[in-house]
Amino acid sequence: MSGPMTSEELKGRVEDFLAEHPVATTEPSAFLHARYQAGLAWVAFPEGHGGLGLSRAMQPQVDKLFAAAGAPDNNPRRNGIGLGMAAPTILAYGTPEQKSRFLEPLWCGDEIWCQLFSEPGAGSDLAGLATRAVLDGDEWVVNGQKVWTSGAHNADYAILVARTDPDVPKHRGLTYFLCNMHDPGVEVRPLRQITGEAEFNEVFLTDVRIPDAHRLGAVGQGWEVANATLNNERVAIGGAAMPREGGMLGVVAESWREHPENHTPELRDRLLKLWVESEVARLTGTRLRQKLAVGQPGPEGSAMKLTFAKINQQLTGLDLELRGDEGLRYEDGDGWAMVRPEHVDFVGRDAVYRYLRAKGNSIEGGTSEILRNIVAERVLGLPGEHRVDKDVAWKAIPR
Amino acid sequence: MSTAEVELLDNELDADLRATVRSFLSERCDPAEVVKAYDGDSSLTPVLWKGLAGELGLAGLLVPESHGGAGATTREAAVVLEELGRAVAPVPFLTSAVVATSVLLAGPTEAGADLLAGLASGERTAALAAPLSASVMSGVGTGSSTVRSVAGALEADTFLVPVWTPDGVEVRAVPAAQAKVTPVSSLDMTRQLADVLVDPSAGELVVTTDRGADGVRSGLLAGAALMASEQVGVAQWCLTTTVDYLKVRRQFGRIVGGYQALKHRLADLYTNVEGAGAAARYAAGALAVGSAEEAEIATHVAAAYCGDLAVTAAEEAVQLHGGIGMTWEHPAHLYLKRAKADQIAYGLPGAHRDRLGTLVDI
Repeated sequence: MSGPMTSEELKGRVEDFLAEHPVATTEPSAFLHARYQAGLAWVAFPEGHGGLGLSRAMQPQVDKLFAAAGAPDNNPRRNGIGLGMAAPTILAYGTPEQKSRFLEPLWCGDEIWCQLFSEPGAGSDLAGLATRAVLDGDEWVVNGQKVWTSGAHNADYAILVARTDPDVPKHRGLTYFLCNMHDPGVEVRPLRQITGEAEFNEVFLTDVRIPDAHRLGAVGQGWEVANATLNNERVAIGGAAMPREGGMLGVVAESWREHPENHTPELRDRLLKLWVESEVARLTGTRLRQKLAVGQPGPEGSAMKLTFAKINQQLTGLDLELRGDEGLRYEDGDGWAMVRPEHVDFVGRDAVYRYLRAKGNSIEGGTSEILRNIVAERVLGLPGEHRVDKDVAWKAIPR
Repeated sequence: MSTAEVELLDNELDADLRATVRSFLSERCDPAEVVKAYDGDSSLTPVLWKGLAGELGLAGLLVPESHGGAGATTREAAVVLEELGRAVAPVPFLTSAVVATSVLLAGPTEAGADLLAGLASGERTAALAAPLSASVMSGVGTGSSTVRSVAGALEADTFLVPVWTPDGVEVRAVPAAQAKVTPVSSLDMTRQLADVLVDPSAGELVVTTDRGADGVRSGLLAGAALMASEQVGVAQWCLTTTVDYLKVRRQFGRIVGGYQALKHRLADLYTNVEGAGAAARYAAGALAVGSAEEAEIATHVAAAYCGDLAVTAAEEAVQLHGGIGMTWEHPAHLYLKRAKADQIAYGLPGAHRDRLGTLVDI
């Protein structure tokens, strides 16, 4: 075949596949593996790794055809970190053996992934992290503590950044690993949040042995590899297209309409200000997508995430006021009972939950303060922060 | 509520238009000349307007070719207004080429068509006889008493006067020579106001009663929608100038733009100026291609957001420049005065929000 595949040809491939693997009579897991092997999983990935080397823009068409045929899916919400962050990083930095070993069970949902990056002592300053990995034969012995690990309680594997050389400046002494969460020495403890539930975890690593074959990228290249992962994260957080009055605004506008007994001019004007700001943010996102029709997201995406966090927090706070007496009650599910959610849902839950969960929006995926630094430095070209830890061996930095 | 498909970035033609206007203004609209308007010298205005309206042909942008204009749309006029705002240019583009022109375009009589052709060529200049603060929410007064605080009146040779008749509102064109025009010492002398006393019976009928109310309304709506683009231009100047200054100003041995207290304010300002740019362009585009309801929603969103944003940008510019921002010599005050006056023009942000609420069931 010459030239890239047309969307008509791609449609033909999917139809042929469905004819060969009838949805009704094929076991779901076998169906997913066959789909991966046919290159119809993530079509932008290369041939042999679940794709056909096509444009990312052709993915929705494929997903729609499979959904229309009633095909089983890989439950993407359960494996957001695997699909959105681990997979593109493994594809970019993995050895042929690593790609063959990890990508298929990841896409098929056989192996769920989590992210072992942040630590109690390394939040915004991720490169300062202290978890140590020491080479012993052909294995790395890992010791340390990670935190804010979403879904660690369901995960089979983790992307992990650890310090392999404390004698060089912090960014240069890091290495990236793929860690088996079922290994002895990995202990997952729930981290209860202000919502009452534990979506996150603390993960304690005690003499965990990771084969050198599960190191991703070179020794000392961990910061570069981790940044590839984080760029994919920020794209995932603020970029999706939305209809007018969609998302959190839609939820709160409905509250307003359902509670005429609580209407006051002050609440109305605050809601209208947020209505305007949400619409302006929506249009800004539309314009950003027009700009990025071809190409990669730049630091402007950080500005979008700043706005998203601010508006979400104000809307969810206003929502409780609009509900009056009802805003005082937290009767979602079991109230404050400590539960372990399968996935995060910003808009689908009780108003009290939404108010409290939205507090995380300006912290997760880069705090608003760090994002303002990024906008000021990389978009506006203002001077960087004063750094006392630059060019200093990591072990010499006070902590 | 179906939204409109609007190109929110400059296309090639927009970029050419922008470059032409910007290069004209950078040559002929120096802030040191603009500021003279505050000391009684408004001689820059006729020179600039002659060049923009006549030489560059911008006065006829919204006028169809059949009426002697360029047949462009409000989306292109938005590009011009961003540049005029960026230069606080003291010209009657918004009041004549947008507001008065939009009133006439609702359905001109033969005399109205002649006037449109004159406006398009730049030979004539008109102003709606209404206060600058008049809006689609407030409507305009009619009658023969003095109309206070009219923008574009000092540059106009013709006033468009809305007149109540038993059949509805008609619009009459009265020569400025037959009106009493009293200049007002204004907050924004780069768009100086005047009090105007006109006798409508002295004028020709330019829009008849079946279209008159629509005409006035569409003039005020276009005024609010495109004012948002002027406000974006004002805000962009304030942001860029402040960022440039904070990159060179040193205190305590450091470039002050490196202090987080300042750079975070500028990051927020940048974020909001970007938003304003998208909202204003969308409103201008929706006015050209959207449904009547969508044009109105988009205008209220842009007017509510950009009106306050431009003031914030100008106030931040003055503050972040420190003492120099408070001087007559630095142009920041021209932008502060323009931004504050613009916020009140064609309806306050809160009034736009209020109307928006009735349209979106809030």
